[in-house]
Amino acid sequence: MIGLEVLYVVAGVFFVGIAVLSARDKTNPKRWTNTTFWGLFAVSFLFGSHLPDVVNGLVVLAMVLTAGVFGFGRGAPATTGPEERRASAARLGNRLFWPALAIPLTALAGTFLFKRPALAGLVDPKQATLVSLILGVFVSLAMAMPMLRARPSVPMQEGRRLLDTVGWAAILPQMLAALGAVFAAAGVGTALGKLASAWLPAGSEFAAVAAYTFGMAIFTMIMGNAFAAFPVMTAGIGLPLIVQRFGGNPAIMGAVGMLSGFCGTLMTPMAANFNIVPAALLELSDRNAVIKAQLPTALLLLLANTVLMYVLVFRS
Amino acid sequence: MLSLIGIAVVVLGFMARLNPLLVVTAAALVTGLAGGMGPVEVVATFGKAFKENRYVSVVWVVLPVIGLLERAGLQERAKTLIGAVHAATTGRLLLLYFVFRQITAALGLTSLGGHAQMVRPLIAPMAEAAAESHHGPLPEEVRQTVRAHAAAADNIALFFGEDIFIAIASILLIKGFLAQNGILVEPLQLSVWAIPTAICALLIHGTQMMLFDRHLARRIAEGRR
Repeated sequence: MIGLEVLYVVAGVFFVGIAVLSARDKTNPKRWTNTTFWGLFAVSFLFGSHLPDVVNGLVVLAMVLTAGVFGFGRGAPATTGPEERRASAARLGNRLFWPALAIPLTALAGTFLFKRPALAGLVDPKQATLVSLILGVFVSLAMAMPMLRARPSVPMQEGRRLLDTVGWAAILPQMLAALGAVFAAAGVGTALGKLASAWLPAGSEFAAVAAYTFGMAIFTMIMGNAFAAFPVMTAGIGLPLIVQRFGGNPAIMGAVGMLSGFCGTLMTPMAANFNIVPAALLELSDRNAVIKAQLPTALLLLLANTVLMYVLVFRS
Repeated sequence: MLSLIGIAVVVLGFMARLNPLLVVTAAALVTGLAGGMGPVEVVATFGKAFKENRYVSVVWVVLPVIGLLERAGLQERAKTLIGAVHAATTGRLLLLYFVFRQITAALGLTSLGGHAQMVRPLIAPMAEAAAESHHGPLPEEVRQTVRAHAAAADNIALFFGEDIFIAIASILLIKGFLAQNGILVEPLQLSVWAIPTAICALLIHGTQMMLFDRHLARRIAEGRR
């Protein structure tokens, strides 16, 4: 069955390739830093499932020290210039869009197909979306390579060019997910929830609703993830006050409460895969530029959620 | 309460603009030690959590093909396509993408988007080209704002669309949590109540996108003076 382990091997091989190409790039003054970093990441992908936890931990620490102390370099893989790209775009026309659109379309088709009983057992149903996305990459490559008559090393060099623009931020979402797990193991959420329910004013119906929606947003900003905030804030404020004391509707409280948390996700660097990684991918000089673009909508929507919950939750 | 020191480390570290990898690692180690774990145990806990979350980083495997298509002029072609449509302004284009992304997410089609697959190769260059065709070459700072807004549209539309779909992770989490506390609700009861917020998101962000073209024009005019 194709599941996460197969994807980890694919990703591991990809990062081995990146490490090898980084090592051979003499234009990058810090090429050994990049090689070590991506090489260690490849080790984590290829052998992580079989290594003892402590060794996995040491691999992470080595990656962090490599990137944090020595700093990342940026290679200069041979690519095309603006003139060549314009000429190539004019020559190929809209045919260029098909391989690009093949990735989401394959991901979509696979997500549905792999969950059908006839194909069950082929792909782990829990990972159908991720498997289909990676399958989409290969479909896209199969369309693009003959069309562009590219040598096999070209996609890897181009992949390295993009990965180097993202740099260390590429592992930040995974690091934050791991931090979330450590927080959970140490009981950080429960401690914060106690603090919040002791300090937030929640005497009236409106105060309880506002404490819950704003609490969800702030807690999500701290933890980087509304899923971590929801159980804690709902057990601390939502259920005892909105539902039990004031008789609110639990379904409305839960749905709008979660969406208030999402407003927090839009405002925090801790939600790196939505906010920090795109800033790196789009080569923005301000790491927080995406957050700044989202800030007005996030704040207005948080107010809207508070009003919506107050108006709706006690009615039905 | 001692376990909250880790949060202080994160907040101070991000504010001091230290390397986030160092900040996150320090926070994890401090939290574990404050929570009573030994040094080896902390490293092992962090390593195990890192290993179990590798699926988050698998998505980078899309970069080679995106880079390959960029090399062949994908961004340039996307720009040409939009530059030829006079009615396409940055605000209208991003609003159109927002509506598309929100509706598809509401139907559970969340994979029709994403920063590496859609925003960088297609949406960001299109938004830039729409601005250039109305205002001429963009000052770098304005160009970056346009690109940041392309990413913002993807995020906001996804967040406030996906909860209308009944089988999305967050709806299942709410249902599961309420069930643990003895309250049984159907996913449909939850997803219906995501609709008012989805409409508010569309109105609020849509208004902002409609005003965005004027905002761009003003910033460019100020820059020229």
